[in-house]
Amino acid sequence: MIQQEKVPEGTFLDTDEIVINMGPQHPSTHGVFRVILKLDGEKVIGSECVIGYLHRGVEKIAENRTYPQFTPYTDRMDYVAAVSNGLGYCEAIEKLQGVEVPSRAKYVRTILTELQRIASHLLWLGTHALDIGAMTPLFYTFREREEILKIFENYAGARLTTHAFRIGGLQYETYDGFEKQVRKFCAEIDRRVDEYEKLLTGNRIWVGRTKGIGILKAEDAIKLGVSGPVLRGSGVSWDLRKAQPYEAYPELDFDIPVGENGDTFDRYIVRLQEIRQSRRILIQAVNQLPTGPIMGRVPRVLKPPVGEIYHSIEAPKGELGYYVVSDGTTHPYRVRIRPPSFINLQAFDQMIRGHLVADVVAIIGTIDIVLGEVDR
Amino acid sequence: MIDEPKVPAGGGTPESRSSDKPTPAAKPVAKMPTSPEEWVSPIREAIEKRFPAAITHPLIFRDQPSVILLKEHVLEVALFLRDDPSIAFTFPTDVTAVDYPSRDKRFEVIYHLYSFVRNERLRVKILVGDGDSVPSLTGVWAGVDWMEREVFDMFGITFDDHPNLKRILLPDDWVGHPLRKDYDILRQDKAWVQANLEIKSGQ
Repeated sequence: MIQQEKVPEGTFLDTDEIVINMGPQHPSTHGVFRVILKLDGEKVIGSECVIGYLHRGVEKIAENRTYPQFTPYTDRMDYVAAVSNGLGYCEAIEKLQGVEVPSRAKYVRTILTELQRIASHLLWLGTHALDIGAMTPLFYTFREREEILKIFENYAGARLTTHAFRIGGLQYETYDGFEKQVRKFCAEIDRRVDEYEKLLTGNRIWVGRTKGIGILKAEDAIKLGVSGPVLRGSGVSWDLRKAQPYEAYPELDFDIPVGENGDTFDRYIVRLQEIRQSRRILIQAVNQLPTGPIMGRVPRVLKPPVGEIYHSIEAPKGELGYYVVSDGTTHPYRVRIRPPSFINLQAFDQMIRGHLVADVVAIIGTIDIVLGEVDR
Repeated sequence: MIDEPKVPAGGGTPESRSSDKPTPAAKPVAKMPTSPEEWVSPIREAIEKRFPAAITHPLIFRDQPSVILLKEHVLEVALFLRDDPSIAFTFPTDVTAVDYPSRDKRFEVIYHLYSFVRNERLRVKILVGDGDSVPSLTGVWAGVDWMEREVFDMFGITFDDHPNLKRILLPDDWVGHPLRKDYDILRQDKAWVQANLEIKSGQ
């Protein structure tokens, strides 16, 4: 019998934990985002997110601009959902000032924001699938997203950073053919989502890469302050459009899709369902679009009363809140932005523990972060 | 300023106001109070019953209640707000701070809480002087972790018993806290910028 030799320490059988660095320049981090991973073999046993590479001091800039001047800056935070950012800020200031927005403006705002939600989810779906290894959906989702960007371009003159809304309502009336173009988009999108489902939902590789990955339980999600599709994927039926309605949402009929297991697959299903619900909202809003003025009564020099306001909306990524303190002058005393991605990203550590290195990109994708908003 | 001269007629000129929708905005403006009022609510009563001296300044403005919480009672009141089943502020919405340099205690640390049960929000403020610290609430709501770090980063307010209190958005060795009012918008840590970004002028 051969005596088994003792394996010397430090060879390939060495089982020490190692620490590796991912990013900040990495295609699957969706921006400049660095994550330090502690690995046991291929298993992740701990992580630390390093952010701030895109910090521009948006909150400081706000203190040095007048209230209307700050509106375009909000577009540069979540730059794939600029319309939603602007809506949150305009509504916060309207609430502080006590401006009533005319109902036509409310409906147009609702339509543009829901289009933006679809655009944001489409971009998310394409890039998330690409990260996991499915390249085809990206081309399809960008094709549909293009139609939305064309509507934005026709309306506001810009495709990404649109500056679509003003404090008090809208600056521009809708263009000729606006309703027709939105209707045409709505007629198409449902069939397109069916196509994405055909490509992914039953796909064995997709299911294998997403089912049971990055599970976030409902109570943990609440404790962590997670909101938006990530929270709903964990089974909490909470949507600010229903809980604390704003704009035209109280008059529109839609459902809140929720997941069951809180894994990456559920969050994927929730976002796809949200696209379908947004389509429902769009069709109703276009059909009910009232006529009338598009701008409320806003003083030429806006000086909101001394006080403070917290207002939040359901942005595509979660609860986007603005906390504005006014000292009665033309410039805000303090603007605090509650960015949904920043707070959702906190759940990353909990979601990745125990999974493999390859799942890191799946989990970063499923949280749907935009670094412009995380870092501000 | 760019937008102001171009604000369209909806609320600007008398002709448009007298047209199809007569002064839809006029009513609410007249009704809107311009200063906060006293906040009366079962939540306030519950807190005051349990902790008679813990909160001051219960105010409500634009339907949003806010209270000032005394620093000694922060942890116990936070736990009560989270765990009492009829209040249940289980969702930590936001943590931030505001700097008022002329005040005796210059900072307000502000927690925005949300209750799914009541569908209500509450703004809890803690007054802090320069150089003082506040108890961290990471043990109560895990989600305030990064937000407290951001407050530390931007204002230099320290949180006791925070598990990982270090800068989050700015580089670790940056000098200064940019959201303080005495930090000018053009100011920056020139030494850091020159050393790390190789920009000679500092701009």
